[in-house]
Amino acid sequence: MKLGRIFAMILLVLFALLAVVPFFWLIRSSLMRTDEMFLFPPKLLPDQWLWQNYADVFSIIPFGRYLKNTVFILIPVMAGVVVTSSMCGYSFARLRFPFKNVWFALILSTMMLPSAVTLIPTFILWSELKAINTFWPLTLPAWFGGGAFNIFLMRQFFMGIPKELDESALIDGAGFTQIYVKIMLPLVKPALIVISFFTFMSVWNDFFGPLIFLNEESKFTLALGLLQLQGLYSTDWNLVMAASAIMVVPAIVVFFVGQNYFIEGISLTGIKG
Amino acid sequence: MNKAPRRPQLKKREAVAGYLFAMPAILGLLLWTIGPMVASLAISLTDWEIIGGAQWVGLDNYREILTDDLFFKKSLLVTVYFALGSVLVTMLASIAVALLMNMEIKGQAIFRTVFYLPTIVPAVAASMLWVWLFNPDFGLFNAILKTVGLPSLMWIYDETTVIPSLILMGVWGCGGAALIILAGLQDVPKHLLEAVDIDGGNAWHKFRFVTIPMISPVIFFNLIMGLIGSLQAFTQAFVMTGGGPNNGTLFYVYLIYREAFQSNHFGYASALAWILFLLIALLTAVVFRSSNSWVYYGGGK
Repeated sequence: MKLGRIFAMILLVLFALLAVVPFFWLIRSSLMRTDEMFLFPPKLLPDQWLWQNYADVFSIIPFGRYLKNTVFILIPVMAGVVVTSSMCGYSFARLRFPFKNVWFALILSTMMLPSAVTLIPTFILWSELKAINTFWPLTLPAWFGGGAFNIFLMRQFFMGIPKELDESALIDGAGFTQIYVKIMLPLVKPALIVISFFTFMSVWNDFFGPLIFLNEESKFTLALGLLQLQGLYSTDWNLVMAASAIMVVPAIVVFFVGQNYFIEGISLTGIKG
Repeated sequence: MNKAPRRPQLKKREAVAGYLFAMPAILGLLLWTIGPMVASLAISLTDWEIIGGAQWVGLDNYREILTDDLFFKKSLLVTVYFALGSVLVTMLASIAVALLMNMEIKGQAIFRTVFYLPTIVPAVAASMLWVWLFNPDFGLFNAILKTVGLPSLMWIYDETTVIPSLILMGVWGCGGAALIILAGLQDVPKHLLEAVDIDGGNAWHKFRFVTIPMISPVIFFNLIMGLIGSLQAFTQAFVMTGGGPNNGTLFYVYLIYREAFQSNHFGYASALAWILFLLIALLTAVVFRSSNSWVYYGGGK
């Protein structure tokens, strides 16, 4: 029994190392000279840590602008998701209205619909509206409930709040808006944070959306910019790695800030799913 | 007397409020899902291209896809290969990681973080990194193989190894699923495990007859989500392989992207998208059907 435990520990540490090694390789490569990259067998560490690579990324392509564009998409999307998914979650968790369950089932079933099915008509619509190469196609849809997943998550959280709270407020003559803003929202703050984090990640990581809707370089997001960099400087792998690291770091920082909320959110979706 | 007339009024007010609060989602469903679905179905019955009008062609697109299109066959094959392979391997890996993390050990939080970190790496950045790791001449993997005396591989640059390579890359991101499974493991009732001890069972018996049935709903959830997700894989292929070598990673969504946005065949691409939808619905239905026999819902459900 004791031996089995030691063996399991070794296995766990080994797996953890495997998870970490690519990160190590990313950082190590991002700090190397170009010629150091192309050595065999590869070196573990660079001779000298070339932080200059990170500065170079910003000077050879407009990475700063890509960052700004990404943030300009991020803010309205996060606002839209937080505001509308909490409204809808409240409604589906608490209010009784005709066909509620039908609507909810329909909304949930969209999770199984491949986005490719709606992509082409949506693209045609946005091009008719002359909105290709603007941020509208990437931001406006977030204001429609923020997606089935977030509505579902919010609903789960609202259902966990004791019913007596809003019922007694109702008897005291409070309206539904008042109850939602003054009683419910403060209680689901953790859920709103979970959703903000998930939304941050999905916008930060989104590649397909920007690829379809943005084709002018001045509108590119970081993800597209990174691809651009790889296309233009395909031999400067150290710069590509530095740029990748620049994209990874904010995601990791955000993760560490909200780690506990993240874990809570993930566990919740899994069990209740 | 005061209360009776208030009730129906309150009920009506509640219904109105309910619709108003749910309005974004309901509008979104109609505007961004049902509307485009109807439009997409209609477009799939035309030869719509960006320039020039659309002609009604009936089921011609579907007929051409199913009988004539070699890319479709290849794409379907590699997509299903990748999806089944990655769901299976990732599932096994995440169960293993979750079981190991479920031991009572110090620093569990650190391990949790370490395994979750890869899943938050943006797909494009991850793809860049792994192209470099897979590099046959200067990459880490071949360096390791050479050090231990094994022949080096071509990884994503050879048709036979490209899909397994991408599956391996996917396993790196198994931490998300592992955490969901871990949450399931922590809900396995202790008294059931103790009952196995009392009956003289060993660790394997516990795992096979208590743990697996108890976490089967979580496995089921991950299976469905993994399948739906991996059938729509795109970014790795687009960034790392360009669909190659020899169309070995021409994933289905990549094929749709190519038809729609590179060749401007909107009608044809829409038909392809509907076939993907049917495929996903079918596979999901099969898994759901089978779930009766292997997913165990405790009394709490």
